[in-house]
Amino acid sequence: MNGYWPSATLEGREVDLLLLALLLVSCAVLALVFGLILLYMVRYRAGSGVHRGARSDQAWRFEIGWTAATLAVFFGLFIWGGDLYVRLFQPPADALQIYVVGKQWMWKVEHQGGQREINALHVPINRPIQLVMTSEDVIHDFSVPAFRIKHDVLPGRYETLWFQIDRTGAFELFCTQLCGVGHYTMTGEVVAMSQPDFEKWLASGAASEGHEDMAAAGKELFTAHGCSGCHGEGGVGGSPETTGVQAPALAGLYGHSVKLQTGATVTADDKFIRDCILTPDKTPVAGYPQIMPSFSGQISEEKVLRLIAYIKSLKSGSRT
Amino acid sequence: MTHSAAQVSYLEDGHTLRSWLLTTDHKRIAILYFVAITFFFFAGGFAAFLMRYNLLSPHGLLGSAETYNRLFSMHGILMVWFFLVPAVPVTLGNFLIPLMLGARDLAFPRLNLLSWYLFMAAGFVALYAVVAGGVDTGWTFYTPLTSLYSKGHVVAAIVAIFIAGFSSIATGLNFIVSIHKLRAPGMTWYKMPVFLWSLYATSVILVLATPVLAMTLLLLAFERIFGIGVFDPAIGGDPLLFQHLFWFYSHPAVYVMILPGFGVISEIVPAFSRKELFGYKFVVWASIAIAVIGFLVWGHHMFVAGTSLFSAIVFSLLSYMVAVPSAIKVFNWIGTMHKGYIHFDSPMLYAIGFIGLFTTGGLTGLFVAALAADVHLTQTYFVVAHFHYVMVGGMVSAYFAGLHFWWPKITGRLYPEMWGRAGAITIFVGFNLTFFPQFVLGYLGMPRRYFAYPQQFEALNLLSSAGALVLALGYLLPLGYLTWSLLYGERASANPWGATGLEWTTPSPPPTENFAVTPIVTQAPYQYEQPEAASHE
Repeated sequence: MNGYWPSATLEGREVDLLLLALLLVSCAVLALVFGLILLYMVRYRAGSGVHRGARSDQAWRFEIGWTAATLAVFFGLFIWGGDLYVRLFQPPADALQIYVVGKQWMWKVEHQGGQREINALHVPINRPIQLVMTSEDVIHDFSVPAFRIKHDVLPGRYETLWFQIDRTGAFELFCTQLCGVGHYTMTGEVVAMSQPDFEKWLASGAASEGHEDMAAAGKELFTAHGCSGCHGEGGVGGSPETTGVQAPALAGLYGHSVKLQTGATVTADDKFIRDCILTPDKTPVAGYPQIMPSFSGQISEEKVLRLIAYIKSLKSGSRT
Repeated sequence: MTHSAAQVSYLEDGHTLRSWLLTTDHKRIAILYFVAITFFFFAGGFAAFLMRYNLLSPHGLLGSAETYNRLFSMHGILMVWFFLVPAVPVTLGNFLIPLMLGARDLAFPRLNLLSWYLFMAAGFVALYAVVAGGVDTGWTFYTPLTSLYSKGHVVAAIVAIFIAGFSSIATGLNFIVSIHKLRAPGMTWYKMPVFLWSLYATSVILVLATPVLAMTLLLLAFERIFGIGVFDPAIGGDPLLFQHLFWFYSHPAVYVMILPGFGVISEIVPAFSRKELFGYKFVVWASIAIAVIGFLVWGHHMFVAGTSLFSAIVFSLLSYMVAVPSAIKVFNWIGTMHKGYIHFDSPMLYAIGFIGLFTTGGLTGLFVAALAADVHLTQTYFVVAHFHYVMVGGMVSAYFAGLHFWWPKITGRLYPEMWGRAGAITIFVGFNLTFFPQFVLGYLGMPRRYFAYPQQFEALNLLSSAGALVLALGYLLPLGYLTWSLLYGERASANPWGATGLEWTTPSPPPTENFAVTPIVTQAPYQYEQPEAASHE
């Protein structure tokens, strides 16, 4: 299969190595089990006159032996598989974020520059890519077998998945979580390009006509949906004197910790901002009356992502 | 044959329909269950056969993805809840537990009959759901697909499983009480055959885990019917909660399926090796360990679902731990064959097939327990192949092994031995042909539950479907020759295999009251005499 082997990612090749080790262990155990069974079937068949000799009365020695051996091998495999998973779980800090929304039955992708594509994902090689994924309806799963990765895409949550491809090519993308009748049609491709080609692709508008930077689009939504009415233009925050109500500042918020009325402290990540927009009652911020209305059902998942992109772009330096 | 009233065979004790449908005899109830689960096995098998037909072409031959989705959902639901979970406990278990205990019946004979009626009620509701159009959610019913988006007869399917669950709970309770209270004089816990231990462990899981499934399904039905937000985030629910609850039942349920199989194999291997079971206490405690640890590994179904890193690591470790007792059992069965006098009658061939296929299934379990490897393999055909090796290659082979082993006891008839061996070998070959290619398909990335698939997977799918044809033939063979034996089979003696165990001390088929005199147990199980020992001294 084109581009399947060796895997196009370093992590994929390491998964293959782990699988090879698992295969070798399995073959060794199978050879032992089948070998002994076949040997005993011949040697100790009822009609065979072979002398059976005395039976061991020290069965427990064998039991301890094979239990310990099994434990040791299993523990080794656990460590190996776990160590690699921890790396697959944690993206490098400088990863390029791309947003993915799954719905019955397509993948919608939006780049930070606002380029949108469907059932395709264009990415540069040799650069860590982090997908921020959510679903509009049921659970989907973003799976690229050539990279040996997959992750569920949940409604109401942002799940992330990262990879770094080291050669160009097109790789199959599957939905691997049953999502309804059209599940099998929810496929696409990941196109890996060199950095210059990728930039050319971004600039060419090959994805969609008249695309607009995600943050810029978010800024328009910020005004259109009345966010600036309380949080102020540029998200500087509101007070009874300026906007008429006390509303927290959003500039510089992203990535910082926020104290909630419940006493908990959370980090203002994509998921937190999303929750504040859609279910504000669940995340009342300490020091402010909870008067924010819920925008659930009024803003699509993609628009929420653009709002988040805008809020992310507001640096604290823009506070006045 | 004596004509005293106390020695009428249970099969001769009444010939009316009423004498069957209102019986409280555990042996007759076992026969009622045999008929029901055989039907469900072939119904579920037929669905699988159509699925394999569909996958002959990359474009799907059934013409409609909806049909295909409904077929695999029906296949899973029928096979899991109406065959695999009940199979050994309600048939062989029902029949053999009192006989092995030296008892007259189970502790609660009427509850036992009620279990069967609940099971049948559940079965009819399930069949209604199928005939009315079926469901397209898969047997796993993930939310919010099932609760809000699916258009099938979800509530009927849920009600069916809900009722079947109560049948399981009643059966489990009955077995636990029977094993505690009805053991023959002298039968201490360590003098019980491993089959009883296995069913004891199984019953504990049934009683503790099934209520969780019942509650989960109830919540699912509430969300679907009344729109109460439990699992759908759009109305305030948590989509992962369903998976946690579902697998909290469904992973232990895997051990409900396989533990009785371990029990069957632990009876057969000693009987046909003419040697006591190697490491009896280790095998027994391995069953208990599996039942306990089996409750703590559900999270391994969710390594890519969005749970925390910490939970994934803990569940991976525990999953390796639960594999250790299974490995112990395999080594003990091989240890039992060592220095034995091995006979290759049909039950032993099925049992050896079980050991091979179960070991393969278990080893591929190590692949999906390794976190990073699971990320690649989960949700692909690799997982499909893995659990079919355990459930079908393992469990169904064990069921057939047990069926062939106790068939003379149950029916009083012998089946043609050559046909039995041919069946065992055909199933082994057909199974491997069907499912081994699926390991490779999974590694290459073919997702499961796809009606149509990319061209590059075609050759291996053809091979798998060809294997399914052989496997289907393998399953039809026993249906044929076992049915034949009911009418024309040679009469069986009380103990045709020369096996130990109280069930072999009573006539075949047993009289209604099982034992004319309550047996007294003085020996540990599996006290097979060495043929050499007599002549050797």
